[in-house]
Amino acid sequence: MQESISRAKFSRALLAIVGLACCVAAGAADWTPLREDGIHDPRSPAVKQKQEPAEALSKLTPDTAGNMVRWVQSLEKGEINPRASIRPDTKIRVYDSDVLLNLQGGMPIVRFPHRQHTLWLDCSNCHDELFKAETGATKFSMLKILEGEQCGQCHGAVSFPLTECFRCHSVARPGRGPKPSLPIPIPAGAVPPK
Amino acid sequence: MALIPGRFVLPLLIGLAGVIPGASAEYGDVVLNRRAEKEGVRPVIFPHWFHRIRFRCKVCHAELGFKMRVGSNDFKMSDIVDGKFCGACHNGDIAWAPDRCDLCHSGKRGLPTGIFGGHETGGPGRW
Repeated sequence: MQESISRAKFSRALLAIVGLACCVAAGAADWTPLREDGIHDPRSPAVKQKQEPAEALSKLTPDTAGNMVRWVQSLEKGEINPRASIRPDTKIRVYDSDVLLNLQGGMPIVRFPHRQHTLWLDCSNCHDELFKAETGATKFSMLKILEGEQCGQCHGAVSFPLTECFRCHSVARPGRGPKPSLPIPIPAGAVPPK
Repeated sequence: MALIPGRFVLPLLIGLAGVIPGASAEYGDVVLNRRAEKEGVRPVIFPHWFHRIRFRCKVCHAELGFKMRVGSNDFKMSDIVDGKFCGACHNGDIAWAPDRCDLCHSGKRGLPTGIFGGHETGGPGRW
């Protein structure tokens, strides 16, 4: 009896140690080498030939989430210069207009900047399948977003993750919070929903 | 008596995140294995981070017609060889040609198609 109790204690302790060790290992480095990333086959010749994430990403403006890169800032600073098209007849569209969303909710108001999004994306990526072009016509749901719909098709998968609440919920609501800012600082060119 | 006492559950779960296949993949890495393994080659690893340094999202997701949802683009190697999808660049001109099989087909066998990597979240459930 005594022996079985101490064995149970030992296996519990072992489980906890293994758990914590994995936890530390998982959080130790910003960029995991390809051969250790859990998806590349370490025996594939590609792991010796392909560029390592650390080599490319460590030179760009740092972030605390996702790829650990502030991708928009990196683009605007000219650290990277990704091609906007590969076909000569493609019209490159950049649209500079902010939209305020979530005007009735409890969280700070969402400011959606078209410019930063159209630096990377084309209008057709979101309109009109994902979001209607008319402001206020699309009903947003944080639950849907967390399930990978709407904004969550990209945010949480390739663009900054959904842990970064205040990057989207960025405009203070009047009368809320310890230091309410009045009036709401509406950015130039913002289109309020109807 | 519960097999694992309550106070060990959280560290164990967090720890397991480190040993789940692909949990340490780079954010946005995609595994494509609709056909690869059935055809006898390793699954494809598509690293978003590498490509977005060189191309904006709109190049693949607007010009080349890649739908956003992982696994929703149904194409074959013959399409790539014909210059469609990956083959618009992977043609030996802009990027390596499709005869360099191992460079793309470099994933661990048995991985499902999906988006991997996640520093803070496990990624949206519907991917």
